[in-house]
Amino acid sequence: MRGFAHVRWAAGAVATALAITSCGGGWGWGGGGGNGGAVLSSSWGDPQNPLEPANTNEVQGGKVLDMIFRGLKKYDPRTGRAQDWLARSIVTRDSRHFTVRIKDGWTFSDGERITARSFVDAWNYGASLRNNQKNAYFFGYIDGYDQVHPDSGTQRADTLSGLKVLDDRTFTVTLNQKFSGFPDTLGYVAFAPLPRVFFTDHAAWVRKPVGNGPYAIASYTKGAQMYLRKWDGYPGPDSARNDGVTLLVYTDSNTAYTDLLAGNLDLVDDIPAAQLKNVGGDLGGRYINSPAGIIQTIAFPYYDKAWNRPGAEKVRTGLSMAINRRQITDTIFRKTRTPATDWTSPVLGADGGFKPGLCGAACDYDPARAKKLIEDGGGIPGGRLRITYNADSGSHKEWIDAVCNSINNALGNDKACVGNPVGTFADFRNRIGQHKMTGPFRAGWQMDYPLIQNFLQPLYYTGASSNDGKWSNGDFDRLVDRANAETRPATSVAVFQQAEKVVRDNMAAIPLWYQNGSAGYSDRLSDVALNPFSVPVYNEIKVG
Amino acid sequence: MGRYVLRRLLQMIPVFVGATMLIFLMVNVMGDPVAGLCGEQSCDPATAAQLKREFGLDKPLWQQYVTYMGNVFTGDFGTAFNGQPVTELMATAFPVTIRLTIVAVFFEIVIGITLGVVTGLRRGRPVDSGVLLATLVVISVPTFVTGLLLQLLLGIRWHWIRPSVRYGTFDELIVPGLVLASVSLAYVTRLTRTSIAENKRSDYVRTAIAKGLPRHRVVTRHLLRNSLIPVVTFIGTDIGALMGGAIVTERIFNIHGVGYQLYQGILRQNTQTVVGFVTVLVLVFLVANLLVDLLYAVLDPRIRYA
Repeated sequence: MRGFAHVRWAAGAVATALAITSCGGGWGWGGGGGNGGAVLSSSWGDPQNPLEPANTNEVQGGKVLDMIFRGLKKYDPRTGRAQDWLARSIVTRDSRHFTVRIKDGWTFSDGERITARSFVDAWNYGASLRNNQKNAYFFGYIDGYDQVHPDSGTQRADTLSGLKVLDDRTFTVTLNQKFSGFPDTLGYVAFAPLPRVFFTDHAAWVRKPVGNGPYAIASYTKGAQMYLRKWDGYPGPDSARNDGVTLLVYTDSNTAYTDLLAGNLDLVDDIPAAQLKNVGGDLGGRYINSPAGIIQTIAFPYYDKAWNRPGAEKVRTGLSMAINRRQITDTIFRKTRTPATDWTSPVLGADGGFKPGLCGAACDYDPARAKKLIEDGGGIPGGRLRITYNADSGSHKEWIDAVCNSINNALGNDKACVGNPVGTFADFRNRIGQHKMTGPFRAGWQMDYPLIQNFLQPLYYTGASSNDGKWSNGDFDRLVDRANAETRPATSVAVFQQAEKVVRDNMAAIPLWYQNGSAGYSDRLSDVALNPFSVPVYNEIKVG
Repeated sequence: MGRYVLRRLLQMIPVFVGATMLIFLMVNVMGDPVAGLCGEQSCDPATAAQLKREFGLDKPLWQQYVTYMGNVFTGDFGTAFNGQPVTELMATAFPVTIRLTIVAVFFEIVIGITLGVVTGLRRGRPVDSGVLLATLVVISVPTFVTGLLLQLLLGIRWHWIRPSVRYGTFDELIVPGLVLASVSLAYVTRLTRTSIAENKRSDYVRTAIAKGLPRHRVVTRHLLRNSLIPVVTFIGTDIGALMGGAIVTERIFNIHGVGYQLYQGILRQNTQTVVGFVTVLVLVFLVANLLVDLLYAVLDPRIRYA
């Protein structure tokens, strides 16, 4: 008898407890933790590195820096075109010596005036080897980089010799080579100005960064949440149309999506792949699926003789033609990817160098020709294709298996291609870095700035930072050098496209698809859009 | 008693050293952690070398381990890659996980033991069969299914709870705690039931009833106390398992606890975070086991430690 009483008591406790929780659900939500006003909440991931502009190379940290910093240039959230922002003018005669004039009236959110020195000091800090900044290589075009950031040994200088402050509003930049696109790269966050406090009290700054963007960080609990308040004194034309944003760290994108459905979260900018089939029914029109500057490819290890012999390009082209891209993007990715027909991205636009169809027949699904080409080229090296990928994130397993299926069907051989999973992303990068790949591997490229140069040079130029397969081609290198030296943008783009054709003729990497950014939002929000970097344009969002 | 405790504490030292060394080796076997820091590209060699020097990764492994252990004894668990000291991560993660564990153990004790006693006393009756069947279902369904299902029903369909945890307070952790406890709870029920059913027929219970003691006194004082030894052992070891093994539950309900930090540490190959957290978990496990052994003596006066 007694036992029953216990059970009843326990059940009662659970019921009461649930009632308490459900009451709790009533307050504080949507309002972004009780900060009041038109504040929206948005999903976030814990940034991997400290939030310094020259040290942030992933999208979660970049999201914050995009809200609290504005640079010399800003990329239009719709067209991706670089517009002068803090820069009044950036002029050059020879594509090597640039004079930068900055606008008057800009300050940091702590009131400090932004001068030429704010930029020069920041860039020197970012380039200096001593500061371990992971984006240091962005300053590699500036004269004197090899002194402050030598490949080995200690640095021989503290500042870049190519940067000179002329007066409060003017500084000059000297590059170590001609690069006509240089001004357009300056919208990248690594080139943001930094206030004095960054240098004088660095620890405090990293705890709560201070910048010059439309938002200022009001509170930051590492690993949990950040509250960014609209900065009322923001002098720019793109001030925030809401009162603030609360970024909440989620352990899993599925949980964030669940919270959005339950009305506890306003914006999710990473719809989990498993939910893509429900998203239409769940959110209706509150789902965004728009192109982002990301392309997925399959890269090859050119340090392996089997992949670098004459004739191997036929095998690679054959493999490209054996992949039914359309079917995979439609069924697995539910149209959040678009089959690639060149090596850039649609966000560049035709003027920027995007040229659909540049790949030609080599990217068309044609199993019969694919089989013949592979046979003509001497067959798959080693008789079997093992595509290496990291299994810890994304839905890589699904599409790699689908790609292999497609290749196997084309070749009429069930065992021609298999996936080769690696446990973690770090280990995957590790193997690539040590040149241990024996077969093709997954490669993805998210642009740093919307220029065709950024889709070609870092990936295929001899010895470039992200040329993981160590591909090297003299014709390509010469064309890229020429394109960089061209002063007229249209000619420069045309020469880059010629270089891209060299990539095509050798099939240096198989282009798979252009990736879209996806997001979902609650009915409290309007004017939600993603920029070409697949980051929500927070300052334009209206609440209520 | 004091000597027994001292001996047990001394025995912990080799276990502690061995466990931390194994973890240290395992994390290192996974490869170079710096490689994953620069996104989809290789860090430039100069920065990579500098980072390795800073994290002490350029030294031989044994030296890294010795330095690490030396630092641990002074309370310095190193720094995570995002520049946060690991002790700071622990200070935010452990309180949440401890609260979650308390909720889970509470459910295990209250619901598990109560159901166990009820079914043990009514062996073969419909209540018994019903609860047995229910525990069978709970044990055979994986935690993530229970978790996602409750989240969907209570959180989205019926709006009883928030589907995710934001601050990690007790009231938010009730449903996650129940999910985390569910499987263990079923085991506790079954263990208690068997133990009670067995002891119900023993001599001392018959004596107690013959003495004319009221039924509730027989059950709580005599029967339950003696039947709890296997259950206490199970719950004690389960504390360690609950704290370290909440990765799935913490991910589903967005709890920023130990499981989340471990998961992220492993993904980012952050030796300092993983070894630090596991070291503390090893300590928790050892202490919990010691406490369980000491509790035996309290429950059963016949057990003495020398």
